[in-house]
Formats: sequence, C-alpha cells, structure tokens
Amino acid sequence: MAAPCVSCGRALSRRLSHAVRVSLCQRPGYWTTSATDWRAGPRSQLLKLIHTTVVTSKKNVQASRQESYTEDFIKKQIEDFNIGKRHLANMMGEDPETFTEEDVDRAIAYLFPSGLFEKQARPIMKHPEQIFPKQRAIQWGEDGRPFNFLFYTGKQAYYSLMHEVYAKVLQLEARRGPLSEKTESKDLIGSRWLIKEELEEMLVEKLSDQDYVQFIRLLEKLLTLPYGPAEEELVQRFRKSVTVQSKKQVIEPVQYDERGMAFSTSEGRRKSATAQAMVYEHGSGKIHVNGVDYLLYFPVTQDREQLMFPFHFLDRLEKHDVTCTVSGGGRSAQAGAIRLAMARALCSFITEDEIEWMRQAGLLTTDPRIRERKKPGQEGARRKFTWKKR
Amino acid sequence: MLCRGSLLHLQTVRPCECDGSHWRQFGDLHKFKISLIYIRAKTMLTGITRLFSRVQKLDLRCFLHVSAQAPQSNPVPAERPRTVSRTSDSDPAKHGEQHEGQYYSIPLQDLKTVFPHGLPPRYMMQVKTFGEACLMVRKPALELLGYLKNTKFTHPAVRYLLYGEKGTGKTLSLCHAVHFCAKHDWLVLHIPDAHLWVKNCRELLQSTYNSERFDQPLEASTWLKNFKTTNKRFLSQIKVQGKYVWNKRESTEKGSPLGEVVEQGITRVRNATDAVGIVLKELRSQSSEGHFRLLVAVDGVNALWGRTTLKREDRTLIAPEELSLVHSLRKMVKNDWHGGAIVLSLSQTGSLFKSRAAYLPHELLGKEGFDALDPFLPILISNYNPKEFESSFQYYLENNWLQHEKAPTEEGRKELKFLSNCNPGQLERLCAAL
Repeated sequence: MAAPCVSCGRALSRRLSHAVRVSLCQRPGYWTTSATDWRAGPRSQLLKLIHTTVVTSKKNVQASRQESYTEDFIKKQIEDFNIGKRHLANMMGEDPETFTEEDVDRAIAYLFPSGLFEKQARPIMKHPEQIFPKQRAIQWGEDGRPFNFLFYTGKQAYYSLMHEVYAKVLQLEARRGPLSEKTESKDLIGSRWLIKEELEEMLVEKLSDQDYVQFIRLLEKLLTLPYGPAEEELVQRFRKSVTVQSKKQVIEPVQYDERGMAFSTSEGRRKSATAQAMVYEHGSGKIHVNGVDYLLYFPVTQDREQLMFPFHFLDRLEKHDVTCTVSGGGRSAQAGAIRLAMARALCSFITEDEIEWMRQAGLLTTDPRIRERKKPGQEGARRKFTWKKR
Repeated sequence: MLCRGSLLHLQTVRPCECDGSHWRQFGDLHKFKISLIYIRAKTMLTGITRLFSRVQKLDLRCFLHVSAQAPQSNPVPAERPRTVSRTSDSDPAKHGEQHEGQYYSIPLQDLKTVFPHGLPPRYMMQVKTFGEACLMVRKPALELLGYLKNTKFTHPAVRYLLYGEKGTGKTLSLCHAVHFCAKHDWLVLHIPDAHLWVKNCRELLQSTYNSERFDQPLEASTWLKNFKTTNKRFLSQIKVQGKYVWNKRESTEKGSPLGEVVEQGITRVRNATDAVGIVLKELRSQSSEGHFRLLVAVDGVNALWGRTTLKREDRTLIAPEELSLVHSLRKMVKNDWHGGAIVLSLSQTGSLFKSRAAYLPHELLGKEGFDALDPFLPILISNYNPKEFESSFQYYLENNWLQHEKAPTEEGRKELKFLSNCNPGQLERLCAAL
C-alpha cells in the first residue's frame, strides 16, 4: 500500500518517487498522460508531481480500506467466526451444534467482563455480516463499462427496484378483470413498512426522503390491485412485523395472605425513589405509606392526585386497599413511584383490555426523566453564566 | 339563574320558595376562590379521558334547570338516598345522637356576641360568603356536651382536652361547646389561640407587678375588649373582692364591678396585662362561691408550655413562664377551683418548634405541660366518617359552593373523598378551589 510519507513539499529522491509512481500505475484510469513525461520534467514539475501524489494517495488509502473487505476476506472472516464459535462452545462446555447467538454473547460477557458504561465499547463477537458494513460489489467490469444499465442514475439499486415494482403494477393493471374481492390485508396487520434507514441498509445506497415516499406509494398502489402470491412475496420483503406492545407487560401473580385476602405486589421507580406497593383486592380505599396515612404523608394535593390517578382511571376508587413502602427521591418522585407500583400491581386484577388502556394512558411506563448533569463552563445543566459584555 | 331549593329535586329539606328575594341573595354570593396551581393535570378540571366517560355521557345540565320535576336523564343521583344535612334545632342543648352529622346554624347575632374572636379565619370567610354560620354536630362534640351538661359544680373543674390530627375540627368543636355554654348563661372565658401570645409580639414591657415578668399590652387589651363583648352582663354583676392600685392616681376599690377593671385595662393599655391577671383571679375565686358557672376555653393550649420566639433586648430567649399573661393563664387552667369546667384543645398549626406530624398530647405539651394538666379527659377528634362526609358534601352543594360541572356526580364525590381522605380541613380547601 502506498503510504503517504510525503510531507508537504519536501523534495524526494527520485527512487522513492519512482516507487510511488509505479504503484500508482497499477490503478487504471489515473496517470494516463504523464507516464511518459515524468523523465523530462524539471525539478519544479517533480515537485508538482509530488504535491499531487499527496492528495491522491490519501484518497487511495480510503478507497483501498473499503476495497480490503473483499468477498474472499469476508468469507474468510465468516469461516473464522464459525470456528471461533465452536471453540467458544467447547470452552464453555456446551454443544457446538446448538450454540446460539445469545449463548455467544453470554460467553463473551463472562470471559471478558468489562466495566465500561458504553455497551458498544465492550468486547463483542458477532457474525461478520453485522460487523463489516455491507458493500456494493464492483459495479463495472474490467473495461470500465458498468454492469447495470441504470448505473449512471447514481442510485442503480433503487431505480431498478422501482422499475421492477412498476412493471408488476402495469402487469396487474392489464390483467385486472372484473373486480374480485380482495383478501383484505390480513397479512399487513401487525406489520409496518421498512423505514428509510432500513431501506437504505438493504439497498446499500443513499436515498432521499422523496425517493422513499415515492417507493412506499408505489407499493401501496400495488396493494390496491388484485395481487397473487408472487407479488405478495415481493411486498413482504419490505414489511417488518410489529409486536403488540401490551403483550410485553409482565402481570404480577395474585398472592393470598394468612387471612385469605387476595393481594398483589409490585415495584415502581421514579427519579431516585423506589416504592413497593401491595394492593388488596377488596377494600375501602385506604392507603398507607410507610405505616402512615397518605393524607399525612403527602400533605400536598398534587401528590395525592398522582396516587388517585390509576384508581380513578379504572373507576375503582373505593374498592382497593393499598399498603406501600417508599424511600429515596423527593415528594414528587415518591408519589410517582408509588403510582407506578400501584398501577402495576393492579394489573393482576383487571382485564387485558384495561391493561392496554392503562399502558396507552402512560400509567405503566417508568418515567425515564432523570436529573440532567451539570456541565463545566455552565452554572447548571442548561443555565449559562451571566454574560458580561466586557 | 339558580334556585337554591330546587337543586334537591326529590327530597328537599326546605321547601322551594321561588320568589324574587332569591335573586338578590345570589347576587351577594361572591366566592373567594383561592387558586391552587397544579402542575400535573387535575383530573376533574382538565379532564383526563376517563375510561368510562367515553361510554356513559351523563347530561349534567339538567341540574341547573329550575324545575320541580325530577330530571329524567340523570338516574345516578336519584338512586342514592339523600342525606338530610341540616337540622332546625339551633340550640346545642337539644342536640343528641340523632343530629349526628347534621349542620345547625348559629344565628348571626349570637355570632357577634359569643364569638368576637373565637372562630378560625377560614371559617369566618365561609360564614361571610354563605351568609350563615353552620356548624356540624359531631360525635366528639356531643360527648363533650354530655359531660358539660353533667358537670358537678361542687367538684373541682374537670379538664377536657381535644386532640387530633391537623384539620379534623378541634377548634370548631371547642366553639360548639362555647356556644352551648354561652346559651346556658355560663361565663365564658375564651382564649382563641394561646399561640398568639407567645410569638410575634411587638411590644414587651417589663411588668409593674412583678419586675421579672413581661407584659404584652396589645394582646391583653384586644382580649379584654372581646371579653367585654362576650360577657357584658356579668361584668356589672360580679364585684371585685380586693383593692387594686393601678398607679398614683387610679385605683379600683373593693366591691366595684368587674367592668371597671376591664375598662381600666382597655383604656390604660399599660395596665392591660395586670387587668387580665386580676380578672382571671377574681373569676377563679368567685366561681367557687357559686354565683355563676365558669367555662375556661383555651385553644392551642400547648403554647403555654412550649417555647416562645420572643426575645429580650439583649437577645436572649424568654421562657413562657416569664410572660405574665401565660403565667396567669396557667393558674387558670389548674383544676384547683370549682364551679365550672375547662375545655382545652391542642394545635400544631400555630405551634413553635413542633414537628408537623405531632398530634398526641404528650408530644405537643411536652413533659412539663403534660404533668401540669395531668388528670384530664382526652377526647380524640378524627376525620369525618362516611355519613358526615356525605352531609358536608351536601352542604357545599346546597350552597352552590361546588361550581365544577362534575362536582355533583358520583365520580366527583369519590374523587373529593379520596383527595381529602375525609379530613374536614382538606375538604374545605379543596372545595374552595372548585
């Protein structure tokens, strides 16, 4: 690789420059004319030549770093990865055949424990496809002619895809006979279109927002026509399934205490306050916080309104008794923590629909807001020091 | 416009008299709304979509119709039996268990004579707004009244101590007892708030009577004025039993009416504290003789044994014993006299250096105070029970105090109940904002 050992403007020995030039000559397309002229050039021209080599050799370095991920290189990396996986499985005493990705992650975390906060800075062992960015294969042949006819549009993958989809659309429009009933997008429920970033990643090409919107519109037009399984498959390539959020909600089991009363417990956090709440199924609406009545513990009405919110939402104001403990944080944070804990505990006594409604109301989400750190050079997190003109 | 009686469309306590006089009454109703800023959405006012409000839409406008017929589209309130929240007996003596949870009204003339200074400020504002003074008959008060009715005047005075959490109604129960005694011709010695005597005093004079103690002329003279308003007719009847020399020129002879001492205190502010001391001493000695029955009612009695925030000129703290007013009051509260009763109530709100959660007698009085008051009858005053809460809610509704459209509904009632936890003080503050 040609190292840019030239620092601006110093005269090189001819031998070095010759070496530089020779390596550069391997690249087609550069140095077409000056190959014969270099010997005749005076010193100034040599200097000029050297100067230009600096610039181009830097570019060459970048390009060649891309090029170094050749297909063979990637294949080799994949083989190495698989062998490494098997070694790792052996080391951990597991079966190499059934060693999954999660097992690999766990093994690496065990063997290389890291105290770094940034998750992406810790040691990882993933499939090379996830590590090395996808690259476009060389798009032109040896003679310099591009393979795809759309190369000179600049976004050949995108335009060829658009052509393909549009061809399908025309085909279906021609084929459209009497309007048949559509299998109303059952497959489309629970899935969404790929977002622009995902499409870019798939095509390994930069897109603009308008391109993306046009593409989605074309696909939706395709869906309005009577399509068959081939088109279905084409469309499904660009859809991603979305899991229903509420199914991820963990429902606490209902427990029974000595007297046979049903209750359920759960925790909640807000800022730096943690709370544990025990909600009894049958009660009269009393709430005890850290052994004290909630009216005494929260003299401010705002805090008591926070406690009221889950019950009021479900219209169960005087039907449950609650005992909770809370520590840390300030008064507002403690109220928020108890509210979350109570809402989660209530989940065991209500229907799934109500859980979904609570989730949409924001009762079951931990509030991620945390005190912002103070930055140096500023008085607080956002407040700057008083600006003085002089 | 609204007609008060017709709001209770089915079972009204008072018949609806729709004539022009009602309009004027409504014109006078100004509501002093204290604005409370809630950062998080207040459920009733900003209306977070409640789950079932989407399903059931109650037409609440029918409440405002001036119609004697039951509104058809409002089934919910009609199912709940209306609690009768008022009673017509305005004599506390006749209040019995059947009146529990109901409001009785104090005639306004009585208010001026019996309570020139006794009622809490928020209650005074409510009285001014509603145009009537209504007090709820509650169980602790009934208990206290029972004891007072059965006092044996030959035995030493019994001390009753009202205690409870903040906002549960200790002061108003005390006022109920005071009203009862005033109606029955007792001589009422009502100190509205003993805390006022141990803090924020502008003038402190060295006492002429005892040079170690301090006088508080302003507080003493205000109290004397109010005492005069309350007990006017006794002042001419009771005769002083000793000669008191005020200064070189003025003195009160033995046998002159007590009114003279009081006048002296009011006019000569410098001698006001001494006048108070004399009044207390005379009353104590004479009630034992049985000419009249004496009720000593002190609110915030824990101030007498707490700490003060008053300082001498050399910036050292004064202990409460060194204030003559406090000294004389302490003697009054001792049960070494007979012929009456002593009703005391604790108060954390005005107290100095006491934690907010303290409400029990030994916490607020301290060891010294507790020992001084030792044989006393404690009466616990707690939050409203459901019936009393209903009654209070009805009372506010009847007076159109709750203007929010969801306030009269079942949900509104439950919300208020939850938010105030049936605490009378909290409920009043919450309703003030609606």
